[in-house]
Amino acid sequence: METTQQKKSIDEVVARYPAQREHLISILQEVQEEYGYLSRESIKRISGYLGLPSSKIFGVATFYNQFRLNAPGRIQVSVCRGTACHVKGSLSLLDSVKTLLGIDVGETTKDGLFSLETVACLGCCSIAPVIMANGKFFGRLDKKKLEILIEKFRAAGRVEQ
Amino acid sequence: MSKVFIGMGTCGLATGAGEVKSAVEKWAATREKSIQITPTGCIGYCKAEPIMDVVTDSGHRISYSNVTADVAGFILDEVFVRKNYKLDGLLGQFKNGKEPLPGIPMLNEHPYFRKQVKYVLRNCGVIDPESIADYRSCGGFKGFERALSLSPAEVIEEITKSGLRGRGGSGFLTGKKWELALREKNPKKYVICNADEGDPGAFMDRSILEGDVYAVLEGMMTAGYAIGANEGIIYCRAEYPLAIERINKAIQVLKTEGLLEKPVGQSGFQFKLRIKKGAGAFVCGEETALMASVEGRRGMPRPRPPFPSVSGLFGKPTIVNNVETMANVSHIMQEGAESFAAMGTATSKGTKVFALTGKVVNTGLVEVPMGITLREIVFDIGGGIPDGKEFKAVQIGGPSGGCIPAQHLDTQIDYESLKTLGTIMGSGGLVVMDQDTCMVDMARYFLSFITSESCGKCIPCREGTQRLYEVLDSIVSPYSKMGGEEQNLLRFNRVLNMESLAQVIKDTSLCGLGQSAPNPVLSTLRFFKSEYDAHIYDRKCPARQCKGLLTFTIDTNACTGCTLCAKKCPTGAIVGEKKKAHYIVDEKCIRCGTCHDVCRFDSVLVS
Repeated sequence: METTQQKKSIDEVVARYPAQREHLISILQEVQEEYGYLSRESIKRISGYLGLPSSKIFGVATFYNQFRLNAPGRIQVSVCRGTACHVKGSLSLLDSVKTLLGIDVGETTKDGLFSLETVACLGCCSIAPVIMANGKFFGRLDKKKLEILIEKFRAAGRVEQ
Repeated sequence: MSKVFIGMGTCGLATGAGEVKSAVEKWAATREKSIQITPTGCIGYCKAEPIMDVVTDSGHRISYSNVTADVAGFILDEVFVRKNYKLDGLLGQFKNGKEPLPGIPMLNEHPYFRKQVKYVLRNCGVIDPESIADYRSCGGFKGFERALSLSPAEVIEEITKSGLRGRGGSGFLTGKKWELALREKNPKKYVICNADEGDPGAFMDRSILEGDVYAVLEGMMTAGYAIGANEGIIYCRAEYPLAIERINKAIQVLKTEGLLEKPVGQSGFQFKLRIKKGAGAFVCGEETALMASVEGRRGMPRPRPPFPSVSGLFGKPTIVNNVETMANVSHIMQEGAESFAAMGTATSKGTKVFALTGKVVNTGLVEVPMGITLREIVFDIGGGIPDGKEFKAVQIGGPSGGCIPAQHLDTQIDYESLKTLGTIMGSGGLVVMDQDTCMVDMARYFLSFITSESCGKCIPCREGTQRLYEVLDSIVSPYSKMGGEEQNLLRFNRVLNMESLAQVIKDTSLCGLGQSAPNPVLSTLRFFKSEYDAHIYDRKCPARQCKGLLTFTIDTNACTGCTLCAKKCPTGAIVGEKKKAHYIVDEKCIRCGTCHDVCRFDSVLVS
């Protein structure tokens, strides 16, 4: 039952765009926004819709940093690795996030709460170092502030459950 | 009604502008005063965010910095009830034709703004970016109207006369680019605005789009008229959600105002605008890669010629211009080419926006006339280096640029003089580095960025940058990771060939990304050779940044045996009994620095 519902809405998302290749990236973006990632199933569906081999779609999806092929956690933590953030110590900040969450870049915590990724630059260089969590920016961080922040998210996640 | 302006760009929001806004609303509700809150873009002084401007009952607009939600109410009380304007965080008052308030400094006299010339950024942080009426009241669309009264060739002549060069990095003459596209006889042409600001350390495009989006769209419409295109595409990075939202809203407004998708005026010029979200690929800042991405393919560049002005998007003549360039176009058409050409140097006209970041007191966006020196930007506007540390270098041009050391700080900034220093203007990221920044680590950082962003099409870039990265990585890795004698010799051999490898990548890569990829290495080699030597021969990192070359030891005299470091050590590399001195087992140590950070007695030594 659940799967048929999902299938339907993938088609719904896809059908908002004309079946032309130039809309491929927009379609992938929208599908990812809906489901958090691009599943095999959705790539197949898009392939059918655009009349494009799945390999081509896979090629595009893996080329761009934005696309994920695995389910992310409920809270997406992106650590900025831009130049300004690097100079202000984002590498050790990233290490701290890794130890705090117990995962590496590209992984998701066992409870499915956090996933971690790095991003080239968030464009908030003046308040470096910056991380983004679920679309919100947090700047001028250090280890202490980070610990508090992650703890806050954890607490919020527990309440949710 | 009283007016309050709050800087609500991404940087403002990240430092709590949203909370400030609710605090102001709450204050208005409890005092039963009606307040009109206008969210603006960023004024550029990001260090002082959140910034709140209050318009006094006498009509003067006064700007306050570092306004947190806690003090917002206090400021409003002081300004409106007690008429006391001299408060902590006062930046100054705006010039608005009124007799200035006595005793309050002018905002444009503030040390951060004094040397700046606001041409492109004139509206950012001043007007409500979502209000077309606000934009119009600042002269908006006057330039476009003027363009429509001229012939396309005359518009291009005006732009050529201004001497405007592309602000995205390469500095190609904008007028010349348009002229080439105008010459093509094709009923379908495209205007693309490149808002894929992938250069880490630059954010002026985001700020312009967030703070003055109509100026960019007006520039695109002007460009469309000038080259005879009827469709424009803004290619904006997905990492800028607020900018995308603002663009979408602005396009809707322009449609309802009848400026888009309908013939405008007597010329019958009709233009269509749409936004295309980038998906995160640095190489898509390159124009041919960008067009491949718009077409829904992998963003890989192709050889030029044919240039996009002949055969671009979907094979049609296309011009690709950067956000800052487009915004400049609007203002040039409005004010005329002369005032623009009056600023700058002989070959580089006008102003340039720089994103000043890194180890500098005042971080933010600065707009300065071309020809200013780096010293003026870093020390006069930027306020120098924090914590009394020493200036080491300033990185300009992002991963394609280079580092400029102290002895060249008095270089005038223009496209040509930067090139002679082995760097490029780029999009205008300026990252300041102090004594604690390791230049080898910087070069390695940029190369790791390039290796992951290289599209993989041409071999010099794909393989060459990877090899170059390995060389740098071997320089900063500990011996224990190196393997035997033979590999050490191999490493030396590679180090000796590093410079020639960099040159080959530069000469043979297909696109700008590869051709400029070795710049960070070459420029640091040129100016900071001694640091490389220290890493290679002495196995030391003078700035103590390269963790592989550091050793952590515990000063047994200072250690109190509090066991804190042993508890926090992620690999269990610290041993010792309670209340007795501890020791670090070097083989287990991953050099994370946690022990150094947590030690309350400064007994962990780094060398």
